[in-house]
Amino acid sequence: MFKYFEPNKIFSITSKAPRYVLILFIIVLSVGLLEALILSPEDYKQSHSVRIMYVHVPAAWISLGIFSTITLLSVMGYIFKIRNFFLISKSLAPSGFVFNIIALVTGSIWGKPTWGTWWAWDARVTSMLILALFYLLYLIAWRIYQSNDKVFKITSIITIIGIINVPIIKYSVDWWNTLHQPASINLISKSSIHTSMLFPLLIMTAAFALFSILIFLMKYNTELIKIKNKGLDRL
Amino acid sequence: MINEIFLMNGYGFYVWSAFLFTLLSFVSLYALVKIQYLKERNKFITKFGILDSEKAAIAESQSINKEILSNTTI
Repeated sequence: MFKYFEPNKIFSITSKAPRYVLILFIIVLSVGLLEALILSPEDYKQSHSVRIMYVHVPAAWISLGIFSTITLLSVMGYIFKIRNFFLISKSLAPSGFVFNIIALVTGSIWGKPTWGTWWAWDARVTSMLILALFYLLYLIAWRIYQSNDKVFKITSIITIIGIINVPIIKYSVDWWNTLHQPASINLISKSSIHTSMLFPLLIMTAAFALFSILIFLMKYNTELIKIKNKGLDRL
Repeated sequence: MINEIFLMNGYGFYVWSAFLFTLLSFVSLYALVKIQYLKERNKFITKFGILDSEKAAIAESQSINKEILSNTTI
């Protein structure tokens, strides 16, 4: 099954896909922004500041999703010795890191009008900051180490240690008394968020997911060309 | 209506700065990744151009190399 993930086989798809993903991303983002900034209602308690949720929450979800995917791919790549899984993980990391930073910064901006402070060492905020540090370590490891075996091993270790933080982020609002409110969206029981707010939130999440796919494809193509450049040197 | 969209009952500064920061991050990351991509692609084209005919034939036999040279525009 893994032979279908060979770079030579998928490059013909990944090289053409970005332009279509970019068009789709612009369309979905435009609809999402219209919904989030104009059409969605204000909150009875937080008033218009609730609109920050439409960038803050999707960014946090996607950064968590990307880190979990990177960990899974790194572990599988290490066990089954599939180099391409590391390449995919490496290409996913920049967008995951940027989404993590967006979640932290927009959370800080949202904190000022709702909590009265730009920053609080709250369990959720602190654990998200720790995730950003793991992303940073992961990206630095790829820059520092030249040997493939070494970088595969080190990045796998970073992700395995970092993944412990992911359930902590998810359940921090239940385990500790935090300024963050508990989750409003639940996949197994009824969500407490109204559909008029859920709809723009889902559209913005789709737009952010498309953006991370776009960046992943561009970065993955770059990595493949880098490998081919080395191949030409050896000819 | 326009005032309401921009001022948002006094929350406009917070809402707009959060959205602007997000969009600026998107544009910066996109530009950075695209520059890296173009740099590597140009390097590949230059290296391919200086290969002798025998080596160029070997390189051209790999479909991925042809793909890189043909239609990898973003």
